[in-house]
Parts: sequence; C-alpha cells; structure tokens
Amino acid sequence: MSVDPQDDPAVRRAQADRLSAVWASPKGLFLRWTDTNNNRVGAWYVITAFAFFLFAGALALLMRAQLAMPDNDLVGPSTFNQLFTLHGSMMMFLFAVPMFEATAMLLLPQLLAARDLPFPRLSAFGYWSFLIGGVFVAGSIFFGAAPDGGWFMYPPLTTEPEQSGIGADIWMLGLSFIEVSSIAAAVELIVGVLKCRPPGMRLNLMPLYAWYILVVAVMILFAFPPLIAGDILFELERLLDWPFFDAARGGDPLLWQHLFWIFGHPEVYIVFLPSIAIFAMVVPTFAQRHMLGYAWIVLAAVGTGFLSFGLWVHHMFTTGLPGISLAFFSAASEAVAIPTAVQIFVFIATLWAGRVVWSTPLLYAAGSLAIFTLGGLTGVMVAIAPFDWQAHDSYFVVAHLHYVLIGGTVLPLIGGLYYYWPLLTRRKLSDRLGKIAFWLMFAGANIAFFPMHFSGLLGMPRRVYSYPEALGVGGLNLASTIGAYLFAAGMAVIVLDLVWPRSHPPVVRNLWNAGTLEWLAETDDTNWGVRSVPIVLSRYPLWDDPDFLRKVDEGRFYLPDAEEGKRETLVTSVIDAVPIQVLRLAGPSIIPLATAVALGGVFILTTFHLYLAATISGIVTLALILFWLWTGTGLQPEKPEKHVGLGLSLPLYISGSRSAGWWAMFITMMGDATAWASLVFGYFFYWTIHPVFPPAAAPGLAGPGVFWPMAAMALILAGWIGTIAARELYARGVVLAARLTLVAATLLSLAGGLASLAGPWLHGLDPARHVYPAIVWVLASWVSAHVAAGIIMQLYCLAGSFAGRLTPQYDGDLRNITVYQHFLALSAAITFPVIGLFPEVAR
Amino acid sequence: MIGKLHARAQQLRATLWTMIVPPSAWAAHFLACYLLAAITCAKLGRTAPVDRTHLIVGGFTLLALLVIAASAFIAWAQRRIEGDPPPHDDSTDEDRLRFLATATLMLAALSAVAVIYVAASALFFEDCR
Repeated sequence: MSVDPQDDPAVRRAQADRLSAVWASPKGLFLRWTDTNNNRVGAWYVITAFAFFLFAGALALLMRAQLAMPDNDLVGPSTFNQLFTLHGSMMMFLFAVPMFEATAMLLLPQLLAARDLPFPRLSAFGYWSFLIGGVFVAGSIFFGAAPDGGWFMYPPLTTEPEQSGIGADIWMLGLSFIEVSSIAAAVELIVGVLKCRPPGMRLNLMPLYAWYILVVAVMILFAFPPLIAGDILFELERLLDWPFFDAARGGDPLLWQHLFWIFGHPEVYIVFLPSIAIFAMVVPTFAQRHMLGYAWIVLAAVGTGFLSFGLWVHHMFTTGLPGISLAFFSAASEAVAIPTAVQIFVFIATLWAGRVVWSTPLLYAAGSLAIFTLGGLTGVMVAIAPFDWQAHDSYFVVAHLHYVLIGGTVLPLIGGLYYYWPLLTRRKLSDRLGKIAFWLMFAGANIAFFPMHFSGLLGMPRRVYSYPEALGVGGLNLASTIGAYLFAAGMAVIVLDLVWPRSHPPVVRNLWNAGTLEWLAETDDTNWGVRSVPIVLSRYPLWDDPDFLRKVDEGRFYLPDAEEGKRETLVTSVIDAVPIQVLRLAGPSIIPLATAVALGGVFILTTFHLYLAATISGIVTLALILFWLWTGTGLQPEKPEKHVGLGLSLPLYISGSRSAGWWAMFITMMGDATAWASLVFGYFFYWTIHPVFPPAAAPGLAGPGVFWPMAAMALILAGWIGTIAARELYARGVVLAARLTLVAATLLSLAGGLASLAGPWLHGLDPARHVYPAIVWVLASWVSAHVAAGIIMQLYCLAGSFAGRLTPQYDGDLRNITVYQHFLALSAAITFPVIGLFPEVAR
Repeated sequence: MIGKLHARAQQLRATLWTMIVPPSAWAAHFLACYLLAAITCAKLGRTAPVDRTHLIVGGFTLLALLVIAASAFIAWAQRRIEGDPPPHDDSTDEDRLRFLATATLMLAALSAVAVIYVAASALFFEDCR
C-alpha cells in the first residue's frame, strides 16, 4: 500500500503554513486597505451597505415625524422632497443591491469551496467605487443639494436645471458610477458560479444560493444597462441640451419611464431573490433535511428572473398607453405570482417534512414570509390596471412596496445575519435580543404599513410633505409613525447586539449542524477559504459523508499547498465541474482603490461641470486600467502545468472559451449590448410617436445620409474580420503576419469610427434642435466610442506581442478582444442600417 | 414515429442554454406582442379595429407554444433515460441530465401558461383602447 504524504502531520503543517503566508492579509494603517481577499472586502461591503441602510432609515423617520400630524411643519416641502428621494434611492442603490453583492462576495466562494472569486481586484474596485459614489450621493443632503425628483427622477421636471438643482446631476452621475460597479460585481459572480465550483459539483448539485445568485447576476446584466442608457440620454439633455425628453423639440418623457422601469421592475426581484436565497440555506439546516423539490426552486428562480422583465409597464398604467399594451403587462404581472409562490410552498413543505429546530434565523424566515405574502397579495391587486388607476400614486402603493421589500429583503437579511454571524466572526449573536428585535420589527412593520392601505384608499397621495386634517387620515398616519419608530427600535436592538462586546469563547465550527460547504470555514483566523478543494458528490456533503470534514482539513483533496507562494484556486467546466485549470489570483494591490478614485473623479467633477479636470481624471483612469491589466492579468506562468493532488496535473494558463477571462468579457459585452439595444429602442420609440420620422429635411435636421453610415459599417466589419484573422494566424504561430493583420485591422477600425461620425458631422446635424439629430448622434457616437475602446485593445495586444507577453501559446488577450470585436461588429451591422437606411424606408 | 423522435431527443445535449429555451420563447413572444400592439396603436390610431392584430398575436402564440412544446418533448424524453436509482441527486451524468430535463420541463409548463395569459388578454380588446 502506497503512503499518502498527507498522512504526515509535519507535511500538513508545512503546507498550512505556506497557505497561511500566501493568503495573509496585508497589515498596517494604510496597507490593510489594499486587501483584495473576498473575506475582507466582502465584510467592508456589508458594513458600508448596512451603514447606508441606517442612514436611509433615519431619513424615513424624519419623514414619519413630519407626517405624524396633519399640517405639520417640522420640515419644509423642499427638504421633504430630498428626504423621500434620497430614502428611496439609497435603499435601492446603496443598500439592497450592494448588500446582495456583498453577502454573495462573502458567502459564494465559501459555498463553492473556492479560495476566492476569480477577479479579486475587480471586487475591491467595485467596493471602492460603491463607497465613493455612495458617500457622494448620501452626503449631498447635508448641503441641501440632494436630488429631489423622486427615486425614479421623472423628466421633464428633473431635466430642467432651473426646476431641479444640481441634485439631479448628483443622482445621475453618482448612481451611474455605482451601477457600473454593480455590473462589475455581476460579472464576477456569474463567472464565479459557472467556473469556480469544486470538482464534482455539477449543475444539479449546486447550492441553491448559488442558483439564485446566478439568476440575479444575469438579471443585473440585462436590467441595469437600460438605466445606464437612460442616464446617458438624461445627462446629455441636462449638460448639452439634447432634447430627448423635451416634447417641444420632438422628445418624449415617457421614453425615460420605459428605460427606468425596464430596470426598475426587475430590480425588485434583484433585491428579493438573493434575500430569499438565504432562506434556501437556512430552511434545510433547521429542518435538518435536504431541501424538498430542488428543481422546483431552480424553476422558481429562473422563471421569476425571466417573467420579471415583462412587468415594467405596470408602473406606467396611468400614462395613457393603449389598453391592449397594459393588458399584456397585467397578464405577465399575474403570471409572475406563480414561480414566486412555488418557492414559498417548497420552503413550507421542507419544514413540514423535516424535524424543525426552532431558532432565531428561522423565526425571521417565518415572519418575513408572512409579511412578504401580504405584500404579494396587494401586488396581485395593483397588477390589475383598473384597480391600479384608483390606487396609483397613493399610500396604498407605499404600503404594498414596503410589505414586499421588508418581507422580501430586510427581514430575510437580518435572519441571514443571525444565521451567518457565527461563520464570519466565530461569535453567536444573542438569541434573546434577536427575538426582541424581531417582534419589535414585525409589529412595527405592520403597525406602520398596514394603515397606509387605508390612508391610500381614502385619498392620501404619495410624496406630499403634509396633509389637511379634513382628509381624515390623521389617526392612520399617527399609527404609521408609531409603527415606524417601533421598527427603528427593533433595528436599534440589532445594532446593539452587533456592537455588544462578547466575552464568551468562540463557537464551535458548523454551529447549526448545516450540510453545505460554507460551514467548512475554520474557527481560527484562516484566510485561505478551504484547506483543500474537495470533490463534491452530493448537495449536502457535510451531512452525507461523515469523513468529509476530516479529509478536507487534512488536505486530502486538491490544492492543499501553495508551493510557489501564489494565490490559487481551481477553474472547472460549466456544466459538469471537471477541473481544467489552476487559476492564479491577484493579491493585495493599491491599484483597485486608485482606479476607483480616478474614475470617481470623472463622475464627480462632471457633476460640477469641471470638464477639463474630469477629462484629466479620465485619462488617469485609463492609464491605471492599462497598468492594472499589464501588470496583473494574463501573466505567463513559470511552468505550463502543476500537480494539484490526487494524481492530477492541471495547466496554469488556458485561453479562449474555457477560461474565466473569456467568460468575463462575454458577459460584460452582453450587458453592453443591452445598453446599446436600449438606445436603438429609443430611435424606434421616437419613430412610433411621430407621424413623420425622421422629420422633413430642414437645416440641422437632415439625416446622416447613406454613404457614410455604410462606409463605417464596411470598415468596422473589415476591422472585425482582420482581428479574427490575426487571432487565427497567431494561433498557428505566424507571428509577423498576425501582427501586420492586427495593424491593418486597427487602421480599418479607426477609419470606421471616424466614418461613423462623419455622417452626422458633414450633414450638419444639430442635436440641440430636435430629437432626431440627437438620437442619430448618440447612436453614431456610441459605436465610435466602442471603436475607440476596441483600438486601445488592439494596440494593447500588439504591444503585448512585441513585449513577449502575448505568444501563440499564451494568447488569452487576443482571444478576449476578439469577443469584444464580435459584439462591436454586431452593433455596427445594426446601427448603421438603422441610421443610414431606415430613413429611406420610412419616407 | 414518436418512438424514433423520443430516441433522437434523448441523444441531444442539454445545457444551461437549452434549459432557458422555453422562457426565452415566452420573452420573444411577449416582446413581439408588445411591439406589435405599440406600433399598431401608434400608427393606426387608438380607435382602429385590432382584428389583424388578433390574428398576428395568434400566430406568434402558436409559434411560441410550438417551440415550448418541442423543448418540453425533448426534456420529457431525457427525463426518462434510465440510470441511477432515485432520488437522482448524485454527481453522475444521468442525474445531471435528469435535473436539467426536469427544470426545462417545468420551465416549459410555466412559460406555456405565461404565453397563454398574455395572448388571452389581447382577445378582450376590439381596438387599442
């Protein structure tokens, strides 16, 4: 019988020491902030999002104090507008979405027995962007400059600089910055779920939490870009007076509502699904059995993800859209109740079939499902258009959405906090305080929001700073205020519980006797995630294999060592999780923080119209990104393969569609293409609302002609083919020809990007005159800007080729930029016929 | 005939992409109906009768339901491949296929219901109002 080296405790200790050294966090007052490990960054993320939550909650308490009595004058109308706008915007953009990303960043690698997510520096960059943007937006209220147009920022009120001050710019630019970081997190999480699962964990064994995260991250990818496209149009109107939402010049404020709600409705599910996902982990643990109906939960998550994109117009039932259109959205709004209910029934069934261990997290689960269901029932009511016409913009809707969000997001997260706190801190929160807080919040939420149904039906509109006594809603409002403060008292108990110093010893590992991998986390402060990356053969390995924990801890699976002193994790195949690569992960670095500061500068300086400084900040950002890529990504390993344990050797470098980088590029471009599609939607939207579109030719209103758009398309497509050819030549080792082809492709792209702008430029299209020239300019500029980014990538690869970092064997960069070029070609092949040929057809 | 198709269906590859075919069919159907209604109502006016729209929506619906049915048939066949014993939650090729097939089949049912919901709502309208 052969001897396993892992049998020797000395060997194991030496391995553990090396792993500890590699994964140690940087120390020191300054250096600690250069950390990129998901444990640390995730914790910062959670704390920051929670702080914003408390801040936004305090704003709500001010509002409730103002509304406690009729004709109250605690705050004036202007302050009140800022309070409700900031409350809604912060809860959505600075709490709910970031909190999902934060918890996923903390839990996902542990659940998948990965040492970290595939792009740790991207996570850190996302965090710093979030912090900077969040402080910028939240801080504005101290200067009386907070946005005051409602969290949806409807134009034309908000596009008129005299009606709404700098607040609207702060909202647009500050939150756009955060949206970018959300998309970065989505890319990270999708690649994490698909490519960083442990060997053996096929799709059918994935923890349900990971399924939810996958669905939600994909939803972010398709939901946020329409809003970003809307933001671009919005800021172009505010800063340059391009009339996208100005009806006098052919624009239409409804386009903003469409783009906002195409984001805004999926957003509701984006914040709901990851919170309910926590229950998918809590419920089996406290039922002490496998989840019943695993596939049903997957059905619910995927089904909700899809259907939630067919609901957006139910926020626009009163805008005068055709009844037949409203009917479609009403039908889809009713249909989404099916998958939502399915998961709740599955949770109940699992508890029913199990041996329930009653606990604080389970109390939160039960309570929040009750509140959420009440919100769901009123949701079914407002999804019916005639009912909505009565309830729209009244407190009935305020009651509905708070029931949904408190039951579907806030309470589940608190339950998750009580469940996972021992995992993160080795200490248990107080059950006693947790239960007191629960009952305060449960009662508070109902006392605050249930009366709002009635104040709404009695005619109290939303977003008013006061109401007359004659309306007869004084008592109901007083009850709401009392409830809100009770809820806040419950939250205060939780904060107290969190900061209360604890003297009792650390809890045992896997305190709740759970079955999933995150509970492998060790009780002493080890940053490596798992001691060795296990082979997973069931959904609840800690329950199903009594020896599992010992084998992991003794390093008897993969990657038990860090011989080369590098941070590493396994990359596996998408469907069957077959190990295919050892991925070298980037360690601590100042670059993500510096890049976030520079990019934040672009957005913040633009808000104050400091364009020169903003441009300089943009150049610095680009330089930092290039430096980041050059020094930290696509590095050639010192040897092609490495032994990872159990007789398996894996490559240290792979390129193309099996690699994490390729997937990241592909996924990012899916989001990018969605933003572009939203702009094309805008073009045709204007076509539908105008009897004649494009408008009759007049100075400044002529189209871009046929020639230049067609030339641009041909040149950009030629650049695309050239890039593909360069990739193929490079792979065959014909380096010189490949370089020449890439140079030619770059020049073709450059010419295409210029030709794209030449159409509107040479025909004298004046974007401030009418919406038609404006939307043509936007579409042409969109493609040209993407060409510019493509050229930077082509030159980057050329430089890499000359510097020896891009070789026929290590050609990941070239393969990744080809993916970019595919999407660029697609956008050119549609944009230019639209702006060049469609006017010919439409006339 | 069915037996032959059944055997063919069992050979097909199941992936995350094939799993989302039914809801994607719903999405395409939904978008097509919405765009059709929006364009018809904008260009022909609110009071123009929507008889032709009904027909086209019916056509879209038939097409979507065909795609969903085909996907469901393949999933149903793949679910019946014999292999590992229940409860079918092991790390094997059969169980993974079975899971993807089950999920696809259920998504097909949900998508079919959602498609019919949307299509049925159009029937209540004689014009765009």
